[in-house]
Amino acid sequence: MEKIPEFNKKPAATGGAGLSAMSFGTGGARTTLEVIVIALVAVFIVCGTELYLHLFKVPHYVFPKPSLIVSALFTEWPNIWPHFLITIYELLVGFAIGGSIGFVLAAVITQFPFVEKVVTPYILLLVTTPMLALVPLLILRFGFGSEPRIIAVALASGPMVMINSATGFRRVDLAKIALARSFGASTFQIFTKIRIPMAMPMIIVGLMVGSIFGLLTTVGAEMVGGAEGLGNRLTYYSALIRMPQFFAVILILAIIGISIYVFFFWFGKKWASWET
Amino acid sequence: MRLCGKMNFMAVDTKKSSLSAVKAQVANKMEVRGASKFYQTKSGNVHALDSVSLDVREGEFLCILGPSGCGKTTLLWSMAGLHDLSSGQITLGAETITRPNPQIAMIFQDANLLPWRNLQKNIELPFEIKRTKPDHARMKKLIDRVGLSGFESKFPRELSGGMQQRASIVRSLSVDPSVLLMDEPFGALDAFTRDEMNLLIQEIWMETGKTICFVTHSITEAIFLADRVAVMSARPGRIAEIYNVDIPRPRSVDIQTRPDFIERVLHVKSRIEHGGGKQAGLEIV
Repeated sequence: MEKIPEFNKKPAATGGAGLSAMSFGTGGARTTLEVIVIALVAVFIVCGTELYLHLFKVPHYVFPKPSLIVSALFTEWPNIWPHFLITIYELLVGFAIGGSIGFVLAAVITQFPFVEKVVTPYILLLVTTPMLALVPLLILRFGFGSEPRIIAVALASGPMVMINSATGFRRVDLAKIALARSFGASTFQIFTKIRIPMAMPMIIVGLMVGSIFGLLTTVGAEMVGGAEGLGNRLTYYSALIRMPQFFAVILILAIIGISIYVFFFWFGKKWASWET
Repeated sequence: MRLCGKMNFMAVDTKKSSLSAVKAQVANKMEVRGASKFYQTKSGNVHALDSVSLDVREGEFLCILGPSGCGKTTLLWSMAGLHDLSSGQITLGAETITRPNPQIAMIFQDANLLPWRNLQKNIELPFEIKRTKPDHARMKKLIDRVGLSGFESKFPRELSGGMQQRASIVRSLSVDPSVLLMDEPFGALDAFTRDEMNLLIQEIWMETGKTICFVTHSITEAIFLADRVAVMSARPGRIAEIYNVDIPRPRSVDIQTRPDFIERVLHVKSRIEHGGGKQAGLEIV
């Protein structure tokens, strides 16, 4: 005895944490005019800040001039570079571990509604608890190396990837699965040819949100303990009141964050633009 | 009558269609014997099919006609091997259908194209699943035949409903099945496109000699297309009556306005209402 199948059930995304409202359709395209205006606003803000700080003689340990920050970025770059590499390494390894576990877990768990219902509250707990809070505990166990930070990044990004991917995998379209089956598709083929492409938009959102959460956690964990990484540089420079260098590190972090966003946006355009 | 169609659809199929014409008309392609199906719902069991027995003859155009929820789709999906029966048996020749068979292709409601693939990739899907080399020459001919050439790189959202359904027909025919099961394929189209698609499917059927089993809830569509119309009654789904339609082919859309055609429609309609009591949902187009 089986349940009544809903032959024409339309897939609908429900729930999902993070930027689930984001779309990879044509909405993100910008006209030349918009790009020009965005650039003009940036120029205005930078020049305005420079002028303001100059006119009101704000000391550079309160707020350094943009020109000072940029020159500090270049002069201090050889000293920042090794820390930059460590941060990127921790982020990539932690995110790769957390992201792949999250993805596989989402793919498996959504096939078993009962298991999914039982596991979801715990995943939500992981999503909502700041993993930074665990870093001191992890340092006690794993020392001051990269390991505790990698674990924290994996714990922060994994659940994000999982909860969004699960939303994607939950979008069952029985007609499309029946279509594949009618041509003799195996369960594995249904998974690779129907379920994954169908879930792809949400998987990409999960990867994007997860990696940005990962970046936050990496930097935070480096600020909590250890002597390396960009987060550590932040505490180091602020302790020495070397504000231009401090802001130069912040600039680098902002660029990393934007690069992550741009990468996944491009990725989404390529693989999920069918969904508007 | 069958062979008076236009150009042959496919060189390969010429042999097939002349063969089926030579064969005795009574040969059965598929047989449904005592098919029953129960579904479980929160409010109890639903009796979707009640010992349905139906022959699908070799090379015929059979329409299954009935109101919404009468079990037509359940019957068709069972014939496609997409779900099992509670009791009874469906056979294709000597084979019992318990799972999808390469000889049977299904055409779904609303075309059912994959939105993340362009038209060409959608048509190649069956070959990918079967892990065989796509028959590009055959595909190209089929695409040309249904008037989709030049649209190969377009995505489903860029195509009209009629074009999407044409693509889905090409997808099903590309693997050269002998039976086409069509599940209210034109139900979501506007009346003009629907006429156009009805003509196209008639031409394709005449050119290829495929056996077609076509589910619809439109009496006009059923009588226009079919050699035989099997009328189903609802809850539990049964075959109430089977009508032969002897209108010569090719049939043009104009015949739908002829008095004798309308007479047939009214006849079927009155029999459905008379035989099965008051039944809502039977539409007259």
